[in-house]
Amino acid sequence: MERNALLMLNEKNNNHQNNVVYDVKNLNLWYGDVRALKDIKLTIRENQVTAIIGPSGCGKSTFIKTLNRMVDNIPSVRTSGEVLYYGTNIFSNGIRVEELRTSVGMVFQKPNPFPKSIYENVVYGPKIHGIKDKKELFEITERSLRSASLWEEVKDRLHANAYGLSGGQQQRLCIARSLAIQPEVLLMDEPTSALDPIATTKIEELINELKKYYTIVIVTHNMQQAARISDITSFFLNGEVIETDETQKIFTNPNDKKTEDYITGKFG
Amino acid sequence: MNHHNNSDNNEKNIGLNNEGKLKTFLNKEITNKRMDNRILLDKVGRKLFSLSILFALTVLAILFYRIGAQSIGWLDLQFLTSNLSIFPEKAGIYGVIIGSFLLMAVVIPVTLILGISTAIYLEEYANKGRFQSFINVNISNLAGVPSVIFGLLGLTVFGRLLNLGSSILAGGLTLSLLVLPIVVVAGQEAIRAVPGFLRDGAYAMGATKWTTVRTVVLPSALPGILTGSILAISRAIGETAPLVVLGIPALILRVPHSIMSDFTALPIQIYYWTLDTVLTPEYANLAAATIVVLLVLLFLLNSVAIVIRNKYQRRY
Repeated sequence: MERNALLMLNEKNNNHQNNVVYDVKNLNLWYGDVRALKDIKLTIRENQVTAIIGPSGCGKSTFIKTLNRMVDNIPSVRTSGEVLYYGTNIFSNGIRVEELRTSVGMVFQKPNPFPKSIYENVVYGPKIHGIKDKKELFEITERSLRSASLWEEVKDRLHANAYGLSGGQQQRLCIARSLAIQPEVLLMDEPTSALDPIATTKIEELINELKKYYTIVIVTHNMQQAARISDITSFFLNGEVIETDETQKIFTNPNDKKTEDYITGKFG
Repeated sequence: MNHHNNSDNNEKNIGLNNEGKLKTFLNKEITNKRMDNRILLDKVGRKLFSLSILFALTVLAILFYRIGAQSIGWLDLQFLTSNLSIFPEKAGIYGVIIGSFLLMAVVIPVTLILGISTAIYLEEYANKGRFQSFINVNISNLAGVPSVIFGLLGLTVFGRLLNLGSSILAGGLTLSLLVLPIVVVAGQEAIRAVPGFLRDGAYAMGATKWTTVRTVVLPSALPGILTGSILAISRAIGETAPLVVLGIPALILRVPHSIMSDFTALPIQIYYWTLDTVLTPEYANLAAATIVVLLVLLFLLNSVAIVIRNKYQRRY
């Protein structure tokens, strides 16, 4: 916190003047008796890409799933501490998890479109949240697919099954599906790990474009990816945050020896 | 014995041979000998398995032949459009078919609504734990309870307690109870087979559990649920014992007009006609003709199940 406060004084650095979206304070999480997250402290700011890196099993996926409370669906999960989303603790009683998730979208590791048409996939969110007007739904579809740079590729076959698309297209469809309900935040859990390099590049370009309008948190095990697309990088190890800083700093001059060892490939 | 020794020697010799070259693991002589045996075993297996299916087919062929031969000359338009009579030449099963259809009109909605709801509750809502496994074991047990016992239950609860007598409603509810476990188990399996990542996709969009079930889980589970349901309904159509226990009259001369009417159904009629063959030999022909009608009905239902399954098969 102290260092963040210092950085905020730094006039040259616009990044740190952005509004705080998530303020995570001493978050702990247990799967049964196993403590998967230990006293996590992290601040996520508006219109930035925050990358979470770390070796397998370090808790990065668990962490990102806590931000929209998808961990609720896993039996025997317990949490302590606070995750403030625009100042409100997402674990407090008054919070409706469905409402949180309309504001915080999520894209998964494996593309998971519904076994419906491309159009039905995109309008799924708007429909369940009460939009019925056909014209409006179609506008949403076009806007969302354009935002996910998929429109040109699918505009002639909106009513074809989503599973006819390639893996990369499916993942962009999933992004479009999330964007259709206009969230504030987009959580991405290793969104390119199941994709080939060309599809990966497309998604990375898309993320670069999307950060103008959305706050993005991305989990990745690909350090080059984190270096290419993120503004802030947080290094997780064994359920702890080792270091969070500007991406450029993390990859050139990290404060912690463990971060340096990891990014130079000494372990993980 | 010799065989065994050979393989022992072989084991010792694995590695390098006398010339210091790498030896193959396989001793050709032994492998060839065993290969002969294995190929022989394969051939015997194929024969045995095909004989098994031949047995089932033979029984089916005999059945078809007998009822076919017996029903010739009896299964005609008059038989399908007239009502029951004590005179074999005048008797028809119009009222019986109507009875069976009305019975299904009760069984199908009751079974589907209760069965699918139960499956949804157990798979999606119930906490996975001892209680759920206890319930699951009991549902499986229920599927194995003899149908006569369901008949007694129906007689006690629907016939007497709710005073429905031997009406179509009482019979339908009893048959629903009988086949409910089949629908529940099939439904549970179909719901369980829907991949978790599809549910995650819906939850992450802010869908509630019910919305997720309605929009994602059920559409994907539909083929499995429908196949199980149609099989259950076919079973209900052909069930006799519970209806006999319920006290369905042997001869109903009026065509049932509502679910509160007394009735008789296809399997029941087959049963009573067969019973009375001693007195009136022609009843055997009437029974055979009714069996043909019942089999055609079952065949149609099962075809529908297969068509639905193929049509809605999903891929992920």
